[in-house]
Amino acid sequence: MTVIEARGLRKAFGATLALDGVNLRVEEGRILGLIGPNGAGKTTALNAILGLTPYQGELRVLGRDPWAERDELMRDVCFIADVAVLPRWMRVSQALEYVAGVHPRFDRVKAEAFLAKTDIRHASRITELSKGMVTQLHLALVMAIDAKLLVLDEPTLGLDILYRKQFYDSLLNDYFDRSRTIVVTTHQVEDLQNVLTDLMFINRGRIVLDCSMEEFESRYLEVMVNPEQVAAARTLKPIHERPVLGRSILLFDRADRKQLATLGDVRTPNISDLFVAVMGNQTAQGAAR
Amino acid sequence: MNTQSNTMPESFDSQGIAPMSATRPMYWSVRRELWENRSIYIAPLAVAVVVLFGFLIATIGRAMSMHDPARRAAVLTEPNTFAELLIMGVAFVVGLLYSLDALHGERRDRSILFWKSLPVSDLTTVLSKASIPLVVLPLFSFALTVATQWIMLLLSTAVMLGSGLSVAPLWTHMPLFQMWLALLYHLFAVHVLWYAPIYGWLLLVSGWARRATFLWAALPWLAIGIVEKLAFNTSHFAAWVGYRVSGSPAGGSFTADNVSMDPLMHLTPGRFLTNPGLWIGLAFFAACIAAAVRLRRYQGPI
Repeated sequence: MTVIEARGLRKAFGATLALDGVNLRVEEGRILGLIGPNGAGKTTALNAILGLTPYQGELRVLGRDPWAERDELMRDVCFIADVAVLPRWMRVSQALEYVAGVHPRFDRVKAEAFLAKTDIRHASRITELSKGMVTQLHLALVMAIDAKLLVLDEPTLGLDILYRKQFYDSLLNDYFDRSRTIVVTTHQVEDLQNVLTDLMFINRGRIVLDCSMEEFESRYLEVMVNPEQVAAARTLKPIHERPVLGRSILLFDRADRKQLATLGDVRTPNISDLFVAVMGNQTAQGAAR
Repeated sequence: MNTQSNTMPESFDSQGIAPMSATRPMYWSVRRELWENRSIYIAPLAVAVVVLFGFLIATIGRAMSMHDPARRAAVLTEPNTFAELLIMGVAFVVGLLYSLDALHGERRDRSILFWKSLPVSDLTTVLSKASIPLVVLPLFSFALTVATQWIMLLLSTAVMLGSGLSVAPLWTHMPLFQMWLALLYHLFAVHVLWYAPIYGWLLLVSGWARRATFLWAALPWLAIGIVEKLAFNTSHFAAWVGYRVSGSPAGGSFTADNVSMDPLMHLTPGRFLTNPGLWIGLAFFAACIAAAVRLRRYQGPI
Protein backbone atom coordinates (compact mmCIF):
# COMPACT_ATOMS: atom_id res chain seq x y z
CA MET A 1 0.00 0.00 0.00
CA THR A 2 1.22 3.49 -0.80
CA VAL A 3 1.08 5.68 2.26
CA ILE A 4 2.24 8.97 0.76
CA GLU A 5 2.17 9.90 -2.87
CA ALA A 6 3.04 13.36 -4.12
CA ARG A 7 3.25 14.54 -7.69
CA GLY A 8 4.37 18.02 -8.62
CA LEU A 9 3.92 19.29 -5.08
CA ARG A 10 4.46 23.04 -5.00
CA LYS A 11 4.26 25.65 -2.31
CA ALA A 12 5.33 29.26 -2.53
CA PHE A 13 5.74 31.81 0.23
CA GLY A 14 5.65 35.10 -1.63
CA ALA A 15 8.39 34.90 -4.23
CA THR A 16 10.27 31.99 -2.64
CA LEU A 17 9.40 28.48 -3.67
CA ALA A 18 9.53 26.25 -0.61
CA LEU A 19 8.50 23.22 -2.65
CA ASP A 20 9.30 23.23 -6.32
CA GLY A 21 7.61 20.24 -7.87
CA VAL A 22 8.27 17.49 -5.35
CA ASN A 23 7.55 13.92 -6.40
CA LEU A 24 7.69 11.27 -3.77
CA ARG A 25 6.22 7.94 -2.92
CA VAL A 26 6.39 6.18 0.41
CA GLU A 27 5.21 2.61 0.78
CA GLU A 28 3.81 1.01 3.89
CA GLY A 29 6.32 -0.35 6.39
CA ARG A 30 9.14 2.03 5.48
CA ILE A 31 11.16 4.42 7.60
CA LEU A 32 12.01 7.36 5.42
CA GLY A 33 14.59 9.96 6.36
CA LEU A 34 14.01 13.32 4.69
CA ILE A 35 17.29 15.15 4.92
CA GLY A 36 18.09 18.66 3.81
CA PRO A 37 19.83 21.87 4.83
CA ASN A 38 17.95 24.65 6.62
CA GLY A 39 15.27 26.16 4.46
CA ALA A 40 15.33 23.26 2.01
CA GLY A 41 11.59 22.70 2.31
CA LYS A 42 11.54 19.74 4.73
CA THR A 43 9.10 21.21 7.19
CA THR A 44 6.92 22.63 4.43
CA ALA A 45 6.75 19.18 2.84
CA LEU A 46 5.80 17.61 6.17
CA ASN A 47 3.22 20.33 6.85
CA ALA A 48 1.64 19.64 3.48
CA ILE A 49 1.56 15.90 4.25
CA LEU A 50 -0.06 16.61 7.63
CA GLY A 51 -2.65 18.98 6.17
CA LEU A 52 -1.26 21.93 8.08
CA THR A 53 -0.69 24.02 5.01
CA PRO A 54 -2.43 24.32 1.65
CA TYR A 55 -0.38 23.41 -1.44
CA GLN A 56 -0.51 23.06 -5.19
CA GLY A 57 -0.07 19.80 -7.01
CA GLU A 58 -1.22 16.32 -6.18
CA LEU A 59 -0.84 14.77 -2.75
CA ARG A 60 -2.50 11.74 -1.21
CA VAL A 61 -1.80 10.51 2.30
CA LEU A 62 -3.39 7.15 3.15
CA GLY A 63 -5.58 7.77 0.13
CA ARG A 64 -6.84 11.10 1.44
CA ASP A 65 -6.32 14.71 0.48
CA PRO A 66 -4.62 15.99 3.64
CA TRP A 67 -5.79 19.60 3.36
CA ALA A 68 -9.41 18.79 2.61
CA GLU A 69 -9.73 15.74 4.87
CA ARG A 70 -7.46 16.72 7.72
CA ASP A 71 -9.84 15.84 10.55
CA GLU A 72 -10.31 12.26 9.30
CA LEU A 73 -6.63 11.90 8.49
CA MET A 74 -5.53 12.75 12.01
CA ARG A 75 -7.03 9.52 13.34
CA ASP A 76 -4.50 7.52 11.35
CA VAL A 77 -1.60 9.93 11.34
CA CYS A 78 0.43 11.03 14.29
CA PHE A 79 3.18 13.59 14.44
CA ILE A 80 5.78 15.23 16.60
CA ALA A 81 6.17 18.55 14.86
CA ASP A 82 8.99 19.86 16.95
CA VAL A 83 10.54 19.27 20.32
CA ALA A 84 8.86 21.00 23.22
CA VAL A 85 5.40 21.63 21.84
CA LEU A 86 3.68 19.90 24.72
CA PRO A 87 1.83 22.59 26.69
CA ARG A 88 4.01 23.59 29.59
CA TRP A 89 1.18 24.05 32.08
CA MET A 90 -0.08 20.49 31.67
CA ARG A 91 0.53 17.70 34.12
CA VAL A 92 1.75 14.35 32.85
CA SER A 93 -1.43 12.71 34.13
CA GLN A 94 -3.55 15.32 32.36
CA ALA A 95 -1.71 14.75 29.10
CA LEU A 96 -2.48 11.02 29.35
CA GLU A 97 -6.10 11.67 30.26
CA TYR A 98 -6.62 14.20 27.51
CA VAL A 99 -5.13 12.11 24.71
CA ALA A 100 -7.08 9.09 25.95
CA GLY A 101 -10.18 11.28 25.88
CA VAL A 102 -9.89 12.60 22.35
CA HIS A 103 -8.01 9.87 20.49
CA PRO A 104 -9.96 6.72 19.68
CA ARG A 105 -6.76 4.77 18.96
CA PHE A 106 -4.84 5.69 22.08
CA ASP A 107 -3.85 2.83 24.37
CA ARG A 108 -3.27 4.31 27.81
CA VAL A 109 -1.83 1.11 29.27
CA LYS A 110 0.87 1.13 26.63
CA ALA A 111 1.76 4.76 27.32
CA GLU A 112 1.92 4.09 31.07
CA ALA A 113 4.15 1.08 30.52
CA PHE A 114 6.54 3.16 28.49
CA LEU A 115 6.54 5.97 31.06
CA ALA A 116 7.25 3.46 33.82
CA LYS A 117 10.66 2.89 32.22
CA THR A 118 11.51 6.57 32.60
CA ASP A 119 11.92 8.91 35.55
CA ILE A 120 8.79 10.86 34.64
CA ARG A 121 6.25 11.13 37.44
CA HIS A 122 2.53 11.50 36.76
CA ALA A 123 2.11 14.48 39.05
CA SER A 124 4.83 16.54 37.37
CA ARG A 125 4.01 19.50 35.23
CA ILE A 126 5.64 19.48 31.82
CA THR A 127 7.48 22.68 32.64
CA GLU A 128 9.27 20.80 35.45
CA LEU A 129 10.60 18.10 33.10
CA SER A 130 13.93 18.27 31.33
CA LYS A 131 13.98 18.58 27.57
CA GLY A 132 14.88 14.92 27.25
CA MET A 133 12.01 13.88 29.50
CA VAL A 134 9.51 16.01 27.56
CA THR A 135 10.59 14.20 24.42
CA GLN A 136 10.23 10.84 26.19
CA LEU A 137 6.73 11.82 27.28
CA HIS A 138 5.76 12.93 23.80
CA LEU A 139 7.15 9.72 22.38
CA ALA A 140 5.21 7.71 24.96
CA LEU A 141 1.98 9.45 23.93
CA VAL A 142 2.65 9.01 20.26
CA MET A 143 3.79 5.38 20.44
CA ALA A 144 0.63 4.43 22.31
CA ILE A 145 -1.45 5.65 19.38
CA ASP A 146 -2.13 2.94 16.86
CA ALA A 147 -1.42 5.13 13.84
CA LYS A 148 -0.56 4.07 10.32
CA LEU A 149 1.79 6.97 9.68
CA LEU A 150 4.08 8.69 12.14
CA VAL A 151 5.76 11.93 11.12
CA LEU A 152 8.69 13.25 13.14
CA ASP A 153 10.09 16.70 12.43
CA GLU A 154 13.38 17.19 14.26
CA PRO A 155 12.20 15.03 17.17
CA THR A 156 15.57 14.94 18.92
CA LEU A 157 16.78 18.51 18.44
CA GLY A 158 18.80 19.67 21.42
CA LEU A 159 18.92 16.27 23.12
CA ASP A 160 22.11 14.59 24.21
CA ILE A 161 23.31 11.43 22.53
CA LEU A 162 21.90 9.12 25.23
CA TYR A 163 18.36 10.40 24.84
CA ARG A 164 18.69 10.41 21.07
CA LYS A 165 19.86 6.82 20.95
CA GLN A 166 17.14 5.75 23.37
CA PHE A 167 14.55 7.60 21.27
CA TYR A 168 15.35 5.71 18.10
CA ASP A 169 15.81 2.40 19.94
CA SER A 170 12.32 2.70 21.43
CA LEU A 171 10.91 3.66 18.10
CA LEU A 172 12.43 0.63 16.38
CA ASN A 173 11.91 -1.95 19.11
CA ASP A 174 8.64 -0.94 20.75
CA TYR A 175 6.75 0.75 17.96
CA PHE A 176 7.78 0.04 14.43
CA ASP A 177 6.39 -2.92 12.55
CA ARG A 178 5.77 -3.69 8.92
CA SER A 179 2.30 -2.18 8.97
CA ARG A 180 3.48 1.21 10.15
CA THR A 181 5.31 3.92 8.28
CA ILE A 182 7.59 6.57 9.71
CA VAL A 183 8.85 9.74 8.08
CA VAL A 184 11.57 11.58 9.94
CA THR A 185 13.55 14.75 9.31
CA THR A 186 16.60 15.67 11.32
CA HIS A 187 19.92 17.41 11.17
CA GLN A 188 21.45 14.72 13.33
CA VAL A 189 21.91 12.49 10.32
CA GLU A 190 24.41 10.17 11.97
CA ASP A 191 21.70 8.87 14.35
CA LEU A 192 19.68 7.59 11.43
CA GLN A 193 22.21 5.43 9.60
CA ASN A 194 20.93 2.16 11.06
CA VAL A 195 17.34 3.25 11.49
CA LEU A 196 16.16 4.15 8.02
CA THR A 197 14.93 1.92 5.24
CA ASP A 198 14.78 4.79 2.77
CA LEU A 199 16.68 7.99 2.28
CA MET A 200 15.71 11.22 0.57
CA PHE A 201 17.69 14.44 0.22
CA ILE A 202 15.83 17.64 -0.38
CA ASN A 203 17.36 20.94 -1.42
CA ARG A 204 15.75 24.19 -2.54
CA GLY A 205 12.35 22.58 -2.65
CA ARG A 206 13.40 19.67 -4.84
CA ILE A 207 14.17 16.03 -4.12
CA VAL A 208 17.82 15.56 -5.12
CA LEU A 209 18.30 11.99 -3.94
CA ASP A 210 15.82 9.19 -3.43
CA CYS A 211 17.01 5.67 -2.68
CA SER A 212 16.45 2.76 -0.34
CA MET A 213 19.15 1.98 2.20
CA GLU A 214 20.00 -1.29 0.36
CA GLU A 215 20.49 0.72 -2.77
CA PHE A 216 22.49 3.26 -0.81
CA GLU A 217 24.84 0.57 0.42
CA SER A 218 25.41 -0.99 -2.97
CA ARG A 219 25.56 2.26 -4.88
CA TYR A 220 27.80 4.51 -2.81
CA LEU A 221 31.31 3.52 -1.83
CA GLU A 222 34.07 5.38 -0.11
CA VAL A 223 37.78 4.74 -0.46
CA MET A 224 40.63 6.11 1.57
CA VAL A 225 43.57 6.65 -0.77
CA ASN A 226 47.21 7.53 -0.23
CA PRO A 227 48.40 10.74 -1.93
CA GLU A 228 50.29 8.87 -4.70
CA GLN A 229 47.13 7.09 -5.82
CA VAL A 230 44.80 10.07 -5.76
CA ALA A 231 45.34 10.90 -9.43
CA ALA A 232 44.48 7.34 -10.45
CA ALA A 233 41.43 7.35 -8.22
CA ARG A 234 40.21 10.63 -9.68
CA THR A 235 40.01 9.07 -13.14
CA LEU A 236 37.13 6.93 -11.79
CA LYS A 237 35.10 10.12 -11.32
CA PRO A 238 34.43 10.39 -7.62
CA ILE A 239 31.50 12.59 -6.71
CA HIS A 240 33.32 14.01 -3.75
CA GLU A 241 36.76 14.19 -2.27
CA ARG A 242 37.92 15.25 1.15
CA PRO A 243 41.34 15.23 2.80
CA VAL A 244 41.84 13.37 6.08
CA LEU A 245 45.18 13.33 7.87
CA GLY A 246 47.31 13.55 4.77
CA ARG A 247 45.25 11.06 2.83
CA SER A 248 42.10 11.52 0.78
CA ILE A 249 38.68 9.98 1.05
CA LEU A 250 36.92 9.71 -2.28
CA LEU A 251 33.24 9.01 -2.62
CA PHE A 252 31.95 7.11 -5.63
CA ASP A 253 28.54 6.62 -7.10
CA ARG A 254 28.05 3.25 -8.82
CA ALA A 255 31.73 2.39 -9.09
CA ASP A 256 33.16 -1.10 -9.39
CA ARG A 257 33.99 -2.33 -5.90
CA LYS A 258 36.89 -4.53 -7.06
CA GLN A 259 38.46 -1.73 -8.96
CA LEU A 260 38.17 0.56 -5.93
CA ALA A 261 39.66 -2.10 -3.66
CA THR A 262 42.96 -1.80 -5.52
CA LEU A 263 43.20 1.83 -4.40
CA GLY A 264 42.58 1.37 -0.69
CA ASP A 265 40.03 0.33 1.94
CA VAL A 266 36.50 0.36 0.57
CA ARG A 267 33.57 1.02 2.87
CA THR A 268 30.02 2.31 2.90
CA PRO A 269 29.95 6.05 3.50
CA ASN A 270 28.04 7.74 6.27
CA ILE A 271 24.80 9.40 5.28
CA SER A 272 26.29 12.68 6.43
CA ASP A 273 29.27 12.32 4.08
CA LEU A 274 27.01 11.59 1.16
CA PHE A 275 24.85 14.52 2.19
CA VAL A 276 27.83 16.87 2.17
CA ALA A 277 28.89 15.53 -1.22
CA VAL A 278 25.48 15.85 -2.82
CA MET A 279 24.72 19.25 -1.32
CA GLY A 280 28.22 20.51 -2.20
CA ASN A 281 27.69 19.51 -5.80
CA GLN A 282 24.27 21.11 -5.78
CA THR A 283 25.71 24.38 -4.55
CA ALA A 284 28.47 24.21 -7.17
CA GLN A 285 25.89 23.61 -9.87
CA GLY A 286 23.79 26.45 -8.56
CA ALA A 287 26.80 28.74 -8.64
CA ALA A 288 27.72 27.63 -12.16
CA ARG A 289 24.22 28.51 -13.31
CA MET B 1 -27.62 -14.00 17.06
CA ASN B 2 -24.45 -15.68 15.94
CA THR B 3 -24.20 -13.76 12.73
CA GLN B 4 -24.75 -10.55 14.57
CA SER B 5 -22.01 -11.15 17.07
CA ASN B 6 -19.69 -12.08 14.24
CA THR B 7 -20.39 -9.13 12.05
CA MET B 8 -20.22 -6.51 14.75
CA PRO B 9 -16.50 -6.73 15.46
CA GLU B 10 -15.79 -6.95 11.76
CA SER B 11 -17.62 -3.75 11.04
CA PHE B 12 -15.58 -2.14 13.77
CA ASP B 13 -12.43 -3.50 12.23
CA SER B 14 -13.25 -2.23 8.78
CA GLN B 15 -13.69 1.17 10.32
CA GLY B 16 -10.55 0.52 12.25
CA ILE B 17 -11.75 2.12 15.46
CA ALA B 18 -14.44 1.72 18.01
CA PRO B 19 -17.09 4.35 17.44
CA MET B 20 -16.51 7.43 19.53
CA SER B 21 -19.17 9.81 20.60
CA ALA B 22 -18.99 13.10 18.74
CA THR B 23 -19.29 15.05 21.96
CA ARG B 24 -16.22 13.45 23.56
CA PRO B 25 -13.61 15.68 21.89
CA MET B 26 -15.79 18.67 22.85
CA TYR B 27 -16.02 17.54 26.47
CA TRP B 28 -12.28 16.99 26.75
CA SER B 29 -11.50 20.26 25.00
CA VAL B 30 -13.57 22.17 27.56
CA ARG B 31 -11.93 20.27 30.41
CA ARG B 32 -8.55 21.10 28.94
CA GLU B 33 -9.44 24.81 28.95
CA LEU B 34 -10.39 24.57 32.62
CA TRP B 35 -7.09 22.82 33.41
CA GLU B 36 -5.15 25.52 31.66
CA ASN B 37 -7.13 28.55 32.84
CA ARG B 38 -7.84 28.00 36.47
CA SER B 39 -8.76 31.67 36.88
CA ILE B 40 -12.09 30.78 35.25
CA TYR B 41 -13.28 29.37 38.54
CA ILE B 42 -10.73 30.65 41.03
CA ALA B 43 -11.44 34.36 40.40
CA PRO B 44 -15.23 34.20 40.94
CA LEU B 45 -14.69 31.87 43.90
CA ALA B 46 -12.26 34.31 45.48
CA VAL B 47 -14.77 37.12 45.05
CA ALA B 48 -17.51 35.03 46.65
CA VAL B 49 -15.25 34.28 49.61
CA VAL B 50 -14.39 37.97 50.02
CA VAL B 51 -18.08 38.92 49.81
CA LEU B 52 -18.97 36.35 52.45
CA PHE B 53 -16.15 37.49 54.67
CA GLY B 54 -17.24 41.13 54.30
CA PHE B 55 -20.81 40.12 54.98
CA LEU B 56 -19.82 38.30 58.11
CA ILE B 57 -17.87 41.25 59.48
CA ALA B 58 -19.70 44.37 58.29
CA THR B 59 -23.32 43.54 57.64
CA ILE B 60 -23.98 41.37 60.62
CA GLY B 61 -22.29 43.90 62.85
CA ARG B 62 -24.44 46.66 61.40
CA ALA B 63 -27.60 44.58 61.62
CA MET B 64 -26.98 43.79 65.26
CA SER B 65 -27.09 47.50 66.04
CA MET B 66 -30.62 47.76 64.64
CA HIS B 67 -33.42 47.07 67.07
CA ASP B 68 -36.33 46.94 64.66
CA PRO B 69 -36.48 43.36 63.27
CA ALA B 70 -37.82 44.50 59.89
CA ARG B 71 -34.98 47.00 59.45
CA ARG B 72 -32.50 44.42 60.60
CA ALA B 73 -33.79 42.00 57.96
CA ALA B 74 -33.57 44.73 55.31
CA VAL B 75 -29.92 45.37 56.16
CA LEU B 76 -29.19 41.67 56.01
CA THR B 77 -30.66 41.32 52.51
CA GLU B 78 -28.81 44.28 51.02
CA PRO B 79 -25.59 42.42 50.18
CA ASN B 80 -27.51 39.87 48.10
CA THR B 81 -27.56 42.11 45.08
CA PHE B 82 -24.06 43.24 45.81
CA ALA B 83 -22.80 39.63 45.76
CA GLU B 84 -24.66 39.00 42.53
CA LEU B 85 -23.21 42.04 40.78
CA LEU B 86 -19.69 41.40 41.97
CA ILE B 87 -19.62 37.75 40.92
CA MET B 88 -21.10 38.54 37.51
CA GLY B 89 -18.72 41.46 37.05
CA VAL B 90 -15.70 39.33 37.79
CA ALA B 91 -16.96 36.54 35.54
CA PHE B 92 -17.38 39.09 32.75
CA VAL B 93 -13.82 40.36 33.13
CA VAL B 94 -12.45 36.81 33.33
CA GLY B 95 -14.38 35.98 30.16
CA LEU B 96 -12.91 38.98 28.33
CA LEU B 97 -9.34 38.21 29.36
CA TYR B 98 -9.77 34.54 28.57
CA SER B 99 -11.21 35.18 25.10
CA LEU B 100 -8.47 37.62 24.24
CA ASP B 101 -5.82 34.97 24.89
CA ALA B 102 -7.66 31.78 23.95
CA LEU B 103 -6.41 31.37 20.38
CA HIS B 104 -3.27 33.42 20.88
CA GLY B 105 -1.67 31.53 23.76
CA GLU B 106 -1.60 28.20 21.95
CA ARG B 107 0.24 29.79 19.03
CA ARG B 108 2.60 31.70 21.28
CA ASP B 109 3.72 28.64 23.26
CA ARG B 110 3.73 26.47 20.08
CA SER B 111 1.39 23.96 21.73
CA ILE B 112 -0.95 24.42 18.73
CA LEU B 113 1.32 21.90 16.99
CA PHE B 114 0.46 19.36 19.66
CA TRP B 115 -3.29 20.11 19.62
CA LYS B 116 -3.31 19.86 15.86
CA SER B 117 -1.64 16.45 15.99
CA LEU B 118 -4.76 15.04 17.63
CA PRO B 119 -8.08 14.29 15.95
CA VAL B 120 -9.88 17.37 17.26
CA SER B 121 -11.20 19.63 14.53
CA ASP B 122 -10.68 23.39 14.44
CA LEU B 123 -14.43 23.82 14.79
CA THR B 124 -14.51 21.78 18.01
CA THR B 125 -11.53 23.68 19.38
CA VAL B 126 -12.93 27.13 18.65
CA LEU B 127 -16.40 26.20 19.92
CA SER B 128 -14.94 24.75 23.10
CA LYS B 129 -13.09 28.01 23.67
CA ALA B 130 -16.22 30.07 22.94
CA SER B 131 -18.17 27.94 25.38
CA ILE B 132 -16.05 29.14 28.31
CA PRO B 133 -17.42 32.71 28.41
CA LEU B 134 -20.80 31.73 26.97
CA VAL B 135 -21.69 28.56 28.86
CA VAL B 136 -19.21 27.70 31.60
CA LEU B 137 -18.82 31.14 33.18
CA PRO B 138 -22.56 32.04 33.25
CA LEU B 139 -23.50 28.65 34.72
CA PHE B 140 -20.71 28.82 37.23
CA SER B 141 -21.55 32.39 38.27
CA PHE B 142 -25.16 31.35 38.69
CA ALA B 143 -24.31 28.37 40.89
CA LEU B 144 -21.83 30.43 42.85
CA THR B 145 -24.27 33.30 43.38
CA VAL B 146 -26.98 30.93 44.54
CA ALA B 147 -24.55 29.25 46.94
CA THR B 148 -23.28 32.59 48.25
CA GLN B 149 -26.79 33.92 48.81
CA TRP B 150 -27.78 30.73 50.57
CA ILE B 151 -24.84 30.96 52.91
CA MET B 152 -25.62 34.61 53.60
CA LEU B 153 -29.23 33.73 54.32
CA LEU B 154 -28.22 30.95 56.68
CA LEU B 155 -25.78 33.24 58.45
CA SER B 156 -28.48 35.90 58.77
CA THR B 157 -30.94 33.35 60.12
CA ALA B 158 -28.40 32.24 62.67
CA VAL B 159 -27.85 35.85 63.71
CA MET B 160 -31.58 36.52 64.02
CA LEU B 161 -32.18 33.35 65.96
CA GLY B 162 -29.19 34.01 68.15
CA SER B 163 -30.59 37.40 69.11
CA GLY B 164 -33.95 35.81 69.86
CA LEU B 165 -35.82 37.44 67.00
CA SER B 166 -38.24 35.93 64.53
CA VAL B 167 -36.69 34.95 61.21
CA ALA B 168 -40.02 35.39 59.43
CA PRO B 169 -39.38 38.95 58.18
CA LEU B 170 -36.06 37.80 56.77
CA TRP B 171 -37.53 34.95 54.79
CA THR B 172 -40.65 36.75 53.62
CA HIS B 173 -38.48 39.67 52.62
CA MET B 174 -36.48 37.62 50.22
CA PRO B 175 -38.17 36.27 47.13
CA LEU B 176 -35.28 33.90 46.62
CA PHE B 177 -36.82 31.81 43.91
CA GLN B 178 -37.83 34.83 41.83
CA MET B 179 -34.44 36.38 42.39
CA TRP B 180 -32.69 33.33 41.04
CA LEU B 181 -35.03 33.07 38.11
CA ALA B 182 -34.36 36.71 37.31
CA LEU B 183 -30.64 36.10 37.67
CA LEU B 184 -30.79 33.16 35.31
CA TYR B 185 -32.71 35.25 32.80
CA HIS B 186 -30.24 38.10 33.15
CA LEU B 187 -27.25 35.80 32.69
CA PHE B 188 -28.69 34.17 29.62
CA ALA B 189 -30.09 37.30 27.99
CA VAL B 190 -27.25 39.69 28.71
CA HIS B 191 -24.12 37.66 29.46
CA VAL B 192 -24.74 35.07 26.79
CA LEU B 193 -26.89 36.52 24.01
CA TRP B 194 -26.14 40.22 24.31
CA TYR B 195 -22.42 39.87 25.01
CA ALA B 196 -21.80 37.03 22.51
CA PRO B 197 -20.54 39.40 19.78
CA ILE B 198 -17.99 40.89 22.21
CA TYR B 199 -16.56 37.46 22.99
CA GLY B 200 -16.72 36.45 19.34
CA TRP B 201 -14.73 39.51 18.32
CA LEU B 202 -12.11 38.90 21.02
CA LEU B 203 -11.74 35.25 19.99
CA LEU B 204 -11.30 36.28 16.37
CA VAL B 205 -8.63 38.85 17.26
CA SER B 206 -6.84 36.35 19.50
CA GLY B 207 -6.70 33.93 16.58
CA TRP B 208 -5.55 36.54 14.12
CA ALA B 209 -3.16 38.96 15.82
CA ARG B 210 0.47 37.94 16.12
CA ARG B 211 0.99 40.13 19.16
CA ALA B 212 -0.70 42.91 21.17
CA THR B 213 -4.11 41.28 21.05
CA PHE B 214 -5.60 43.88 23.35
CA LEU B 215 -4.58 46.75 21.07
CA TRP B 216 -5.93 45.01 17.98
CA ALA B 217 -9.17 44.27 19.76
CA ALA B 218 -9.71 47.81 21.01
CA LEU B 219 -8.07 50.05 18.41
CA PRO B 220 -10.53 49.64 15.51
CA TRP B 221 -13.46 50.68 17.72
CA LEU B 222 -11.52 53.52 19.25
CA ALA B 223 -10.44 54.68 15.80
CA ILE B 224 -14.00 54.69 14.46
CA GLY B 225 -15.14 56.70 17.49
CA ILE B 226 -12.33 59.22 17.10
CA VAL B 227 -12.85 59.61 13.34
CA GLU B 228 -16.55 60.18 13.92
CA LYS B 229 -15.84 62.76 16.58
CA LEU B 230 -13.36 64.59 14.35
CA ALA B 231 -15.38 64.41 11.17
CA PHE B 232 -18.90 65.03 12.42
CA ASN B 233 -18.33 66.08 16.01
CA THR B 234 -20.84 63.45 17.10
CA SER B 235 -20.42 60.41 19.32
CA HIS B 236 -23.13 58.04 18.12
CA PHE B 237 -20.62 55.26 17.71
CA ALA B 238 -19.25 55.63 21.23
CA ALA B 239 -22.80 55.65 22.55
CA TRP B 240 -23.57 52.54 20.54
CA VAL B 241 -20.53 50.72 21.95
CA GLY B 242 -21.44 51.86 25.45
CA TYR B 243 -24.97 50.57 24.94
CA ARG B 244 -23.60 47.16 23.93
CA VAL B 245 -21.35 46.90 26.97
CA SER B 246 -23.42 48.44 29.73
CA GLY B 247 -27.04 48.37 28.66
CA SER B 248 -29.37 45.95 27.04
CA PRO B 249 -33.03 45.86 26.18
CA ALA B 250 -33.35 42.70 28.28
CA GLY B 251 -34.66 44.57 31.32
CA GLY B 252 -34.22 43.59 34.95
CA SER B 253 -31.99 46.13 36.62
CA PHE B 254 -30.20 45.04 39.72
CA THR B 255 -30.49 47.98 42.02
CA ALA B 256 -30.95 47.63 45.71
CA ASP B 257 -34.36 49.28 45.81
CA ASN B 258 -36.18 46.66 43.77
CA VAL B 259 -35.02 43.66 45.72
CA SER B 260 -38.06 43.74 47.91
CA MET B 261 -40.38 43.79 44.93
CA ASP B 262 -40.83 40.92 42.55
CA PRO B 263 -37.67 40.98 40.43
CA LEU B 264 -39.41 39.21 37.58
CA MET B 265 -41.65 42.26 37.07
CA HIS B 266 -38.91 44.23 35.39
CA LEU B 267 -37.97 41.70 32.76
CA THR B 268 -38.84 42.49 29.18
CA PRO B 269 -38.09 39.36 27.16
CA GLY B 270 -40.53 40.36 24.40
CA ARG B 271 -38.82 43.67 23.83
CA PHE B 272 -35.44 41.95 24.01
CA LEU B 273 -36.19 39.27 21.45
CA THR B 274 -37.61 41.75 18.96
CA ASN B 275 -34.63 44.06 19.29
CA PRO B 276 -32.71 44.06 15.99
CA GLY B 277 -29.50 44.82 17.87
CA LEU B 278 -29.67 41.39 19.48
CA TRP B 279 -29.92 39.58 16.17
CA ILE B 280 -27.32 41.71 14.44
CA GLY B 281 -25.01 40.99 17.36
CA LEU B 282 -25.63 37.25 17.13
CA ALA B 283 -25.00 37.29 13.39
CA PHE B 284 -21.75 39.16 14.03
CA PHE B 285 -20.82 36.55 16.64
CA ALA B 286 -21.46 33.69 14.18
CA ALA B 287 -19.34 35.45 11.55
CA CYS B 288 -16.48 35.93 14.04
CA ILE B 289 -16.56 32.27 15.07
CA ALA B 290 -16.64 31.08 11.45
CA ALA B 291 -13.68 33.33 10.65
CA ALA B 292 -11.78 32.13 13.74
CA VAL B 293 -12.31 28.47 12.74
CA ARG B 294 -11.08 29.18 9.25
CA LEU B 295 -8.09 31.14 10.49
CA ARG B 296 -7.02 28.39 12.85
CA ARG B 297 -6.73 26.02 9.92
CA TYR B 298 -4.03 28.19 8.40
CA GLN B 299 -2.33 29.29 11.59
CA GLY B 300 0.80 27.78 13.03
CA PRO B 301 2.96 28.82 15.94
CA ILE B 302 4.15 32.43 16.08
